[in-house]
Amino acid sequence: MGVARASLRSLLPFLVGAPLFLLVQLALDAKGWDDWTIVLVSVGINVVLAVSLNVVNGFTGQFSLGHAGFMAVGAYTAAKITLAFAGTKIAFLPAALSDQVIFALALSAGMAAAALAGFLVGMPSLRLRGDYLAIVTLGFGEIIRSVIENMQFLGGALGLSGVPPLTNLVWAGVSVIATVVMARRLAVSTQGRALFAIREDEVAAEAMGVDTTGYKVRGFVISATYAGLAGGLFVHLHQIATPASFTFIRSFEVVVMVVLGGLGSVTGSVVAAAVLTIALEALREFEQYRMVVYAFLLIVLMLLRPQGIFGTREIWDVPLLRWARLGRGGPAPAPGGASPTEVRDESGRGGRA
Amino acid sequence: MTPSPLEVRAVTMRFGGLRALTAFELVMRPGELVGLIGPNGAGKTTAFNAITGVYTPTEGEVLVAGERVNGRRPHQICALGVARTFQNIRLFRELTALDNVRIACHAGARSGFFDALLLTARHRAEESRIVARAEEYLEVLGLAHRRDEVAKGLPYGEQRRLEIARALATGPKVLCLDEPAAGMNAAEKGALMALIRGIRDRFGIALLVIEHDMRVVMGVSERILVLDHGVTIAEGRPEAVRRDPKVVEAYLGDAYLEERNIAVPPGGDPGAAP
Repeated sequence: MGVARASLRSLLPFLVGAPLFLLVQLALDAKGWDDWTIVLVSVGINVVLAVSLNVVNGFTGQFSLGHAGFMAVGAYTAAKITLAFAGTKIAFLPAALSDQVIFALALSAGMAAAALAGFLVGMPSLRLRGDYLAIVTLGFGEIIRSVIENMQFLGGALGLSGVPPLTNLVWAGVSVIATVVMARRLAVSTQGRALFAIREDEVAAEAMGVDTTGYKVRGFVISATYAGLAGGLFVHLHQIATPASFTFIRSFEVVVMVVLGGLGSVTGSVVAAAVLTIALEALREFEQYRMVVYAFLLIVLMLLRPQGIFGTREIWDVPLLRWARLGRGGPAPAPGGASPTEVRDESGRGGRA
Repeated sequence: MTPSPLEVRAVTMRFGGLRALTAFELVMRPGELVGLIGPNGAGKTTAFNAITGVYTPTEGEVLVAGERVNGRRPHQICALGVARTFQNIRLFRELTALDNVRIACHAGARSGFFDALLLTARHRAEESRIVARAEEYLEVLGLAHRRDEVAKGLPYGEQRRLEIARALATGPKVLCLDEPAAGMNAAEKGALMALIRGIRDRFGIALLVIEHDMRVVMGVSERILVLDHGVTIAEGRPEAVRRDPKVVEAYLGDAYLEERNIAVPPGGDPGAAP
């Protein structure tokens, strides 16, 4: 019984969330609002990207700029698998369900491939800190993309087309839940605290028994895994996988979301990813100014609120909500979180001793 | 016979042409209180760094519980039972006092990432065990009331104590304190001395204390090593070291001795303060 209750508790967010997303999807289908489906699924994909990048940039305080590379690995792996199995039916399952099972396998394979890529890139890069790590991850991201571009069996620069449109709101929603649940449970666990310790002071973390190299690589692999998931969802939404979707610009977008929401804040990443995705969708006619908007946003943010919307806190720690939750007598809210520059200063300081 | 919790054999640290530490020798007995003193730049912190794995000794060897640890990473040496504090406080500033200590309880943790992800029974049992342990160390260091406060917001003296709590939580056999009294007032120093003895008595661990404040170091140490220009120039009981002419010349200065002889009777207990 204990085991049953424990697994129920561990799966509760999915049991509640999945039917909800299914209802919304059915309602949208009934109305024929396909554009809305695409926007909402895109929000979901960006939330998965932002929250997973936050594990490296926010929790661990390492500045990675290569998220699009891992997204690409997951995307191409998943697309290759669904394309290979297109038309194949698993004998004992109904046709619709068979596709979903294959999609689940493809997404899992994409995550595994991205995790492997994360490990291979993380092992050598994570010896570096701050700006150097940012440059190296940026380089690796571009290497992954150009390798894909030059592989004929992956379609070269044209990419893979005819990918089945399997991503829907349920898949995106469940992926968001999986990512957010992972990040939150990580944040309140021994493993998560080890990552925070590295962000705060690497030398002290090492002296207190934290295997800093090991944990940095682990954080990086976890982050890459979920980027792979986002990639798999992405190609099965747009039905095409091209190298052009996974350039440095994509990594940069995700970094903007994480910084905007607050480095280390899971809910901040969720909010920022949703707001930015919807805002850019609403301003589609100004698409060519996208990068200008991002740059402008970052400048304003650094001037007005360098720690991001939520800092390292979560949405339920915001003073107003705390007050509502705890009443007047509640403990004072923690002071604002570290700004990204402070975080990088910390890691720089770690390098001196 | 159990091996010494910490044994340093003829360790020399060279940085380019500079010899920061020359043939440093130290054998700690379990539960012993050893003071390490010397003028600025004498090599005290270098000795700490060589012991705790921040540096790899150029020559000689460091043994923790009988095991040679040259070239091991600091977290591995920590796991073998040597913990430390830092001269310039290095707390996890944005985290709460509890989290600071919980991170140090990490070494014995057996549950992994997937346990945390799936909230397994093992994970939950371990988390509550860690909280209980961390609270115990906060309690011992008189920081229980600061449990949920962010480290950087604590008063200076409490930050020092939190660093000690954090180091203790790693479960060391030897605790190295790097200038624990720096920046404290007289009353706090008195309390610190009582605390250092209390830690030894309660946890039965050996302490190696770098300290500039003579009152503190003479008051708590059972044995003192004096470094000057990286060389151990004296070693022995506090009374003997205090009168050693080499030590007086290198470090204490004649004025110190005069002041001591006039102001405080030898053997007076400065640790009686709160």
